[in-house]
Amino acid sequence: MKLILTIAWTHITRRARQTLVAVLGVVTGVGFSIMMAAMMEGSQDDFIATLVDALPHISITDETREPTPQPASLVYRAAEFHGLIPKVRRPGIKNPMATIASLKSWVPGALTASVQSKAVLRFAGRDLTISVIGIDPRTEGNVSNLATHMRQGTLKSLYRASNAILLGDRLARKLGARVNSNLTLVSARGVTLTATVVGTFHTGFRMTDETTGYVLLRTAQTLEKQIGIINEIRVRTADPLNARLISERIGEQTGYKSISWQEAQEDLLSAITLRNVLMYTIVGAILLVASFGTFNIVATITHEKTRDIAILKSLGFRDRTIRSIFMVEALIIGLTGAILGWGLGYLMTRGLGSLEFKTPFSDQNHLPVLYSVKHYALATAVALISSLVAGYFPARAAARVNPVDIIRGAT
Amino acid sequence: MSPALIEARHVTRILPGTVPVTLVRDISVTIDAGEFIAITGPSGSGKSSLLYLLGLLDLPTSGDVLLRGRSTTAMHEEERTRARLAFLGFVFQFHFLLPEFSLMENVALPMRALGKLSPRQITARAEQLLAAFGLGEHRHKTPDQLSGGQRQRVAVARAMANDPPVILADEPTGSLDSVSTRQVFETLRELVIDYGKTVVAVTHEVELAKQMHRRLHIVDGMLDKDERIAVGA
Repeated sequence: MKLILTIAWTHITRRARQTLVAVLGVVTGVGFSIMMAAMMEGSQDDFIATLVDALPHISITDETREPTPQPASLVYRAAEFHGLIPKVRRPGIKNPMATIASLKSWVPGALTASVQSKAVLRFAGRDLTISVIGIDPRTEGNVSNLATHMRQGTLKSLYRASNAILLGDRLARKLGARVNSNLTLVSARGVTLTATVVGTFHTGFRMTDETTGYVLLRTAQTLEKQIGIINEIRVRTADPLNARLISERIGEQTGYKSISWQEAQEDLLSAITLRNVLMYTIVGAILLVASFGTFNIVATITHEKTRDIAILKSLGFRDRTIRSIFMVEALIIGLTGAILGWGLGYLMTRGLGSLEFKTPFSDQNHLPVLYSVKHYALATAVALISSLVAGYFPARAAARVNPVDIIRGAT
Repeated sequence: MSPALIEARHVTRILPGTVPVTLVRDISVTIDAGEFIAITGPSGSGKSSLLYLLGLLDLPTSGDVLLRGRSTTAMHEEERTRARLAFLGFVFQFHFLLPEFSLMENVALPMRALGKLSPRQITARAEQLLAAFGLGEHRHKTPDQLSGGQRQRVAVARAMANDPPVILADEPTGSLDSVSTRQVFETLRELVIDYGKTVVAVTHEVELAKQMHRRLHIVDGMLDKDERIAVGA
């Protein structure tokens, strides 16, 4: 083995230029694939994190997934109904506090009650329909990032006035409303309230920032004209990825419609699946191109050594030894390239991650990148395998060379 | 009576193809220890082909080559390779030294492949061989830093590395000037006289062949003459 290593090492070190080109091929392939994977997976993770942060992980509403079956449908296999008017159901979750207490006993995470309402907001002669969400400022921070999205005021500012409201910054700008402005809210139930703006928030989601206002639970209950109504329980799970399973269990326990963030964003998530296919195709293509480069260079080196192989065989070197020499050379090139590629990949990822650019959603932002050992391991594995394949086939062909053919050719 | 060092028995070598070419036709020859043999003949007569068959670099289409009485055609390729490493040394028309390796490394390679000596012994023997052929001071140079004659002498030193009883040389002076030719020829003669080796050399230089002990003259792949030459004749 020492002889094999010596010959392989001598070939590699004394043909520095050729070796450098071969190693650079691997370095480039490994480096770029690491950077691409870091960028694409980083942006994907960032996107999902934004999605997860923007919505409650689980939303339990006072609706049911299926309409209540008519009694006749339960008795007969087939029934046809004409002119039926659905039973008027009292809105809201029954016994909300008891339901929350029951869920708190097993759901890993935090829960809060809220009231979803719609209202027309009237200010300076403009009418805009908005979603009004009644919240409990003491527990809201446990289930959403609203507190961190506040631009002016805090969640507790809602206690400052009798009918206080927090507006999305885009909505406030659209209306020309500022903190301490008095607005009129007219609910679908016909209740009219005068509300005072006590703060603004910015979530980064245009729809939310343009059409949402937060009020205290009791203000929303007044708008809904139903004291004590709770029509939504929001849950933030300890592990967002478990939300779907927990949501199903909550649905079974309460009978109410329970929607996880995954279900709510199914379209986007399926788009992410497509994006993943795209990402792995691109990274795979980069690695494949790099593999061909490695193959080409190692094969050329081996081919150029045909005469030396004939000499070694005429001296009495075994085929296996000759094959091993070129395999070891390929492995050294692959390994060196991969290790240097880690450095290049890391530096390029750092470079990309440090790029600053402005977005409408925040004053300053960086391209999201993900540093993952998996990317380095994958790129290294592909580089080593391609180097070994690149070394194996020419080495096998080289070992089969009949030295007489080469010697005759040379003379 | 001990068996001959190398014995070719009715060896024939035919190159297959759409038009098969007969390189060597039914040659039988016996080579004993201490002989200094020239294989001569016109170009394309099959001199080198016979040498390759005797050196186990090629397999005869029919017939057999025996090393110390042992059939080599019945040997496995690994065994033939091993026999080549331990029993035979080769010198070709071109030096065929490995260009990236120093003279020391080139000479040490066959010893390292055989694996009988320790690294220290290999280094000592390589130095000794290079010094013996007048190349001691150049031992750390690479082949491209030497003259043609010097390279060929390194090739001879490499052929001697494993102390094989037989050295086979294929036109070893074919690409050299007259001075280098004389030096290399003297080196080969020293192998026979000073080291007791058997040297079989293909050459088309009549004057050199005349100074060897025996001449095998090949014509059209057949052994035309096998004549002993009186030294100095």
